[in-house]
Amino acid sequence: MSYTPTELMTINAARKLRDRQVCFVGIGLPSAAANLARLTHAPEVVLIYESGTIGARPDVLPLSIGDGELAEFADTVVSVPEIFRYWLQGGRVDVGFLGAAQIDRFANINTTVIGPYATPRTRLPGAGGAPEIASSAKEVWITLRQSPRSFVERLDFITSAGFLDGGDARERSGARGAGPTAVITDLGVLTPDPVTRELTLTAVHPGIDVEQVRAATGWDLRVSPDLRMTERPSEQELAILRDLHARTAQAHGAAAGGD
Amino acid sequence: MTTHKLCTLQEAVAELIHDGDAIALEGFTHLIPSAAGHEVIRQRRRNLTLIRMTPDLVYDMIIGMGGADRAIFSWGGNPGVGSIHRFRDAIEKSWPRPLAIEEHSHADMAARYQAGASGLPFAVMRGYVGSDLPRYNPNIRFIECPFTGERLACTPALNPDVAVIHAQKADRKGNVLISGIVGVQKEVVLAARRSIVTVEEIVEDIKDHAQMNSVVLPGWVVSAVCHVPGGAHPSYAHGYYKRDNSFYKAWDAISRDRDTFLEWMNRHVMATADFAEFCQSLAASGMIRSLPQEVRA
Repeated sequence: MSYTPTELMTINAARKLRDRQVCFVGIGLPSAAANLARLTHAPEVVLIYESGTIGARPDVLPLSIGDGELAEFADTVVSVPEIFRYWLQGGRVDVGFLGAAQIDRFANINTTVIGPYATPRTRLPGAGGAPEIASSAKEVWITLRQSPRSFVERLDFITSAGFLDGGDARERSGARGAGPTAVITDLGVLTPDPVTRELTLTAVHPGIDVEQVRAATGWDLRVSPDLRMTERPSEQELAILRDLHARTAQAHGAAAGGD
Repeated sequence: MTTHKLCTLQEAVAELIHDGDAIALEGFTHLIPSAAGHEVIRQRRRNLTLIRMTPDLVYDMIIGMGGADRAIFSWGGNPGVGSIHRFRDAIEKSWPRPLAIEEHSHADMAARYQAGASGLPFAVMRGYVGSDLPRYNPNIRFIECPFTGERLACTPALNPDVAVIHAQKADRKGNVLISGIVGVQKEVVLAARRSIVTVEEIVEDIKDHAQMNSVVLPGWVVSAVCHVPGGAHPSYAHGYYKRDNSFYKAWDAISRDRDTFLEWMNRHVMATADFAEFCQSLAASGMIRSLPQEVRA
């Protein structure tokens, strides 16, 4: 069965979630991955969206972070101040699952601006919930497509902290949690070096070679000597993901489900 | 105020929202007060400070029509679609006028409304660790916890001149019932000096509809209640109608070009008398198949 790079990324991201983990979910790719996990190996995973839905079980993927679908089948719906204060800041989130426009070698992310802040070349939507998700969840996973434009040597703006300048900078900053423990892309998986905290390529997807990943990275990418290959998506994973996207597209009245 | 608590949206905006006010139209994806946003534009309010966690279509319209000087926000985009082009054009190219911005995170904006509602001068949170936002926003500062010594972020309380929200039900005394994703609506109304609530339905007595722990705003904390069925379109009202996702997608093309945007706004908002006429105008142009209030969720 053939598959697209995005399907590969989503399936690999989904595999990381364990059953009964509490996951604070960003919209877009993280939401697709988290729901795929729920529909496959992790039926009891607890999905929290910043709109205040706890234990969300959407039948189709939400287009926005506050679709009625999320509230309808949730265990409970709380206010936005409460979701951030009691549930996130209160330390009840195992995994913060984020997307990003840009990332650097220490897994800091930018969702604010490309170019100077006062005179931006491209104005991005901004922080949303990410700065506090990144510094309060017990660990953070980031999923985004890998290219020299998204994996950059220097961020124009750090919206949400990863490992800052590397080494023990994150611990010294007062951030809670282990920070970004995995970055899942359409080419492979990067994890932080235990000492320098620099993102290191630890796995590539089937059919991807290391040079391809290097070419898609804006810095001199470190590659693990124990580089492994991720497992091919199974027919079951692909069928469930495609079914989810088809239901979503039908519900949203267009090809909304990604590719 | 001189208007009766139940009044038309035209009366409420005319009386309660003034040029130069700091207004907060809230609703976190759900129950966005779109009809009230249109009315602010029709009455040509100017020099507004627009406060909202997620400036989306409703503020894109006000900004593109030149009504705003400043935006205070935490995420500005068209959810699931991409940019809001009028907002970006104002920031990047100062069109139709410059827009100053003050940028926060969601957790912070929510905390600022809470502080405002609580009568406190500032909000405190464990926030912005390692983020560049405090470097560009002088309203984000840090204090040391007097008990533990931990460094915590603090920001000034938000007390808008006017809060505007949409809700499902109100009764004739102005008691308001909100259900589903309740966002920051309670906080923003209690933080604001004045408030306008548009609702889907007016019922005889809210007590017959609200369970004991429902989110109810007593009529005595609300300045005006206006019956505007469908008034959250293209967002949704849980139990009444669904989010019109295709409208959000269509907005991308409408708002991308300045002239197309102005033509659309003039035709559907400026040339219509109220939200009901706006909906009829959309239906006539084929943008919506039926009026939002007639589509049961």
